[in-house]
Amino acid sequence: MKNAIEVQGLRKEFKSYSSRSGLKGAFRDLFSRNYKVLHAVNDISFSVKQGEMVGYIGENGAGKSTTIKMLTGILTPSAGEVMVNGMNPHKEREAFVQTIGVVFGQRSQLWWDIAVQESFRLLKKVYKVSDEEYDRHMGHVIQTLDIGPLLDKPVRKLSLGQRMRCELAAALIHNPPLLFLDEPTIGLDVLVKLKIRDFLKEINEKYNTTILLTTHDLTDIEALCDRVVMLDEGNIIYDGALQSLKETWGEGKEVQFQFMENVEITDLEKLTRDLPVKWELEEKEQRFIAYTTDEADAVSNLIGTVISSFQIKDVKIMEVSTEEIIRKIYEKGEV
Amino acid sequence: MDKYIEMIRIRFLMMLAYRTNYYTGILIYSINIGAYYFLWKAIYGGKETIEGLSVLQMTTYVAVAWMARAFYFNNIDREMAMEIKEGKVAVELIRPYNYLTMKTMQGLGEGIFRLLFFSVPGMLIVSLIFPIRFSADIYTWALFFVSIILSFFINTQINLLTGMTTFFLFNNTGLIRAKRVIIDLFSGLLLPLSFFPEGIQEVLKFLPFQGISYVPSMIFTSGFSSSETVQAIFLQGIWVLILIVPIQALWILAKKMLVIQGG
Repeated sequence: MKNAIEVQGLRKEFKSYSSRSGLKGAFRDLFSRNYKVLHAVNDISFSVKQGEMVGYIGENGAGKSTTIKMLTGILTPSAGEVMVNGMNPHKEREAFVQTIGVVFGQRSQLWWDIAVQESFRLLKKVYKVSDEEYDRHMGHVIQTLDIGPLLDKPVRKLSLGQRMRCELAAALIHNPPLLFLDEPTIGLDVLVKLKIRDFLKEINEKYNTTILLTTHDLTDIEALCDRVVMLDEGNIIYDGALQSLKETWGEGKEVQFQFMENVEITDLEKLTRDLPVKWELEEKEQRFIAYTTDEADAVSNLIGTVISSFQIKDVKIMEVSTEEIIRKIYEKGEV
Repeated sequence: MDKYIEMIRIRFLMMLAYRTNYYTGILIYSINIGAYYFLWKAIYGGKETIEGLSVLQMTTYVAVAWMARAFYFNNIDREMAMEIKEGKVAVELIRPYNYLTMKTMQGLGEGIFRLLFFSVPGMLIVSLIFPIRFSADIYTWALFFVSIILSFFINTQINLLTGMTTFFLFNNTGLIRAKRVIIDLFSGLLLPLSFFPEGIQEVLKFLPFQGISYVPSMIFTSGFSSSETVQAIFLQGIWVLILIVPIQALWILAKKMLVIQGG
């Protein structure tokens, strides 16, 4: 099958002006300004197949939004090839945007002062959607997202969760084969998040919609995407299955202890000095965390040793969370 | 075309969303026309005519100039500046329409709304209080309407140009304000162009501003002969065409330079 997104050596540079200090500096800035060239996106290449759901992650300022803006035809790339839905986004912008849907979590696409249904009506005209198609497709979308009762309210009177659901519906009016979601769940409560995730899964199955999702909420990615593309300082540092990322980085187990009596961390270290364990004390809750290896008997050895010497209130065994893995990768800056 | 007409409708709805704005709008127009009426009466004193215009023609000129202004005036330059500054222009660019055409249509929606719901009731109020002579000639009315439609385009094109400078300057509040004063003065809204010194009049002939207010008002008050009228409308049309060039050039450049502000 044809690739929905095809990116080759994509790059975007910005000039970043810096101000000189003081009054004298400000006057000098009037005539000549210092600037640095920043590489927001630095020679990235990847492709996405039709029907894939891909998580696009990275720290703040890693270049995620810049990439999305180039893929949607808003920004002109400094260099590189972009083919999305078989078109060059910024060259054939008007024809191209007809085939995509975009949700920017931080910006509204609906008109602020008028009722939601008026915005929908305008978008329906803009995307040239026929009445039958609108009724069939949007009827279902409106029902699934449960926004029927919101349609006659002006956007400014909606809560964030209500607005986000309407935004998502607005992006889908023309039932695009490709959907870009830039932090769609930012600031939303768990229930709305779940609703949106279920909905995205559903349209992906029903219409084979390709979805590219950026988010800082890794639970979104875990719930939706099999594949992640990780960006750091404008470079792709990982592109592959989320599961294999977890397997390579998620090594080790974490055991939490809470004791009945007062225990010093040095006592614990002395006690388990023969085992492959690293201790950490969480001051706030008086919890001791032991990091150990994945070997079969490591955990049982550890717990056995500790229990034999101290009285225990609570024990928890945990796998390293995705969040923890991603944190480690961000800190290291490579995979 | 459907989508552009729909946009005019949306603009109507947006204007209606704030009722207080609507009522104060009518009031402000009436007060403005009233103030200029008394000012000009005082200036004329006992004189019959100044620069070939009688008192009655003058007051009609003022009233018509303001009525036309309701139609051609819009704030799309300020809106564009806001959209660019806040990065909302990103959302406009992911839609399958031309941003500048859409802005023009929004301006047109606003203009039609103001003409029907500000100017007409405003004029009715004003004509009850001050003596204003409306032409009964259908031909004059028709020419006037052609002329204010061209006024709308010239003014909107200048607004688009001003708005687009935000792409390059990032903050152009001063420029927008300066543009507004220049248009009010040089378009003949505050004072008919025939009142300016000869030298300035010569210069103004080569600028697009007179096509915004002076031409339609003079047509309406029968201040132009019929050959002058045809010539003036023709010149307005020429300006509409000429202004397309810098707009397109700036737009192409802007898209290349575009930086979306605020993430």
